[in-house]
Amino acid sequence: MKSLPANFTIGAVLVALVLGAAALSLVWTPHDPTALNIRGKFAAPSAAHWLGTDQLGRDIVSQLMAAARNSMTVAIVAVFLGGSIGVALGLLASAIGGWVEDGVMRLADLGFAFPALLFAIMLAAVFGPSLTNAVLAIAFINIPIFARVARASANQVWTREYVLAARAAGMNKLAITRDHILPNIAAAVIVQATIEFAVAILAEAALSYLGLGAQPPASSWGRMLSEAQTLIYLAPELAIYPGLCIVTAVLGFGLLGDGLRDVTDPRLARAR
Amino acid sequence: MTYFLLRRTFGFIATLIAVSIVVFAVMNVLPGDPALTILGMDATDDALAALRKELGLNDPLLARYFAWVGGALTGDFGTSHSFRVPVAELITERLAMTVSLAVAGMVLTLVIALSVGIFAAANHGKAGDWATMFISQLGIAVPAFWLSILLVLLFAVKLRWLPPGGFAGWSDPVAALRSLVLPTVALALVQSAVLARVTRSSALEVMRQDFTRTARASGLSQRRILWRHVLPNALVPIVTIVGMQFAALVTGTIVIENVFYLPGLGRLIFQSIANRDLPTVQALVMLFAVIVVTANFVVDLLYVLIDPRLKARA
Repeated sequence: MKSLPANFTIGAVLVALVLGAAALSLVWTPHDPTALNIRGKFAAPSAAHWLGTDQLGRDIVSQLMAAARNSMTVAIVAVFLGGSIGVALGLLASAIGGWVEDGVMRLADLGFAFPALLFAIMLAAVFGPSLTNAVLAIAFINIPIFARVARASANQVWTREYVLAARAAGMNKLAITRDHILPNIAAAVIVQATIEFAVAILAEAALSYLGLGAQPPASSWGRMLSEAQTLIYLAPELAIYPGLCIVTAVLGFGLLGDGLRDVTDPRLARAR
Repeated sequence: MTYFLLRRTFGFIATLIAVSIVVFAVMNVLPGDPALTILGMDATDDALAALRKELGLNDPLLARYFAWVGGALTGDFGTSHSFRVPVAELITERLAMTVSLAVAGMVLTLVIALSVGIFAAANHGKAGDWATMFISQLGIAVPAFWLSILLVLLFAVKLRWLPPGGFAGWSDPVAALRSLVLPTVALALVQSAVLARVTRSSALEVMRQDFTRTARASGLSQRRILWRHVLPNALVPIVTIVGMQFAALVTGTIVIENVFYLPGLGRLIFQSIANRDLPTVQALVMLFAVIVVTANFVVDLLYVLIDPRLKARA
């Protein structure tokens, strides 16, 4: 067996680190991430508080771990939701073709006119800011992306001989899509999902930083940064840790996605 | 060619109409009663009735849509509920800030990305290439708002060279420019990470082609080959990404203005959300979506200018 590409290995390690911290936070954090202890505020790193405490005496490490869990949850739900709808639309477009395909793709184009931020802004104006709205906004921008990937990959599979044979044997389009098309585009969809996972983590952090995502007392890397910014002269180190976590997570999923693509489709491997 | 232009222009207008329908629907149908959203649960019936009348909510939905679009086309975006002035006035006051930020950000992005990308391609496989690719990979993962905070930490808190945020107005041009340095750099650095990678791979592609070898064989200098032969031929994928990035850049200004407390359209959006000022949010979201759609349209047209081969296919 060939050795795995470096980006795959590094990405997998970083992702394991973040997912591990998120999973661990389900059962254990060093302290309660939301427990206030005003007398112990701005504590320096120690055995009890590995990275110290914030302006309300909350333990930084515990908050970072809880934030990792929240961030992963948002990314999983948003990418799964947007991805499923997008893949379904892409498969539909590819299977039926003609004006349905044109229509779906024009709709997908329309989706590109709305960056997640604009969509989140509209939802926040109408319903008030919340993490649910942030998830919906991130899911929404994933729909056109996955619709395009699914349609492009599915169109290739539809021209293969075994699909033609299945059609000649009288299988209907739904059965062919389920038995032949979907399994064959799965790799492309999974690669895209990994990359969109990184984008979703960035988007959640930005939305929470701007106050359109996680609301207090929920822990979020983005919200920790917006709080730290107001204390930048007092406790500059608070503005460092959450950012490092975001970069680790985004870099990890990004590299893992690139690596997966190189592994699953050597033709697409980037020129090095 | 004319057919191509007509078709693209038609598609552009159709997209704008569709975008306006989506924005109108989300802002007017989803809330149920926008007046209630704006005034909140404890508003009196009289106040609600008065606001409904002011916003024209008693008219049928379709009539309201056409009134809104018709108004927008003539520069009338309604009246801001919280500022009590026409939304158009709010926008004109703040447009200069957002536009200068976006344009300066784009120019700096292009300068950084093209030089770094071409440099990496020219040093393909060497340490310089690896270093720039490593930094740009990292750059893609860094959120613009965190980079901004780090820049503030270094240049405002530690070194005290530049202000950490805020904007005192254009009356003192030097102070105004100083306030815009960090926001522009933060915007451009993040954007140029992606673009530098695209420039590099596109340039590498061109450098493998025969005409580059011919140019080299005929004794042209490396610099001349890179900037006069390689870059122009590598432009098509670069322009695609620039077009997509312009959209990211415009929404990036929304974030950056809020990080640095700059009085532009992005800040106005967030003030309007806090004030539940739906007409202003609606106008601004539409404005930003129009900018994104227009950028994509312009990129489509640029393709033809850059690569005449696409004309035949179009």
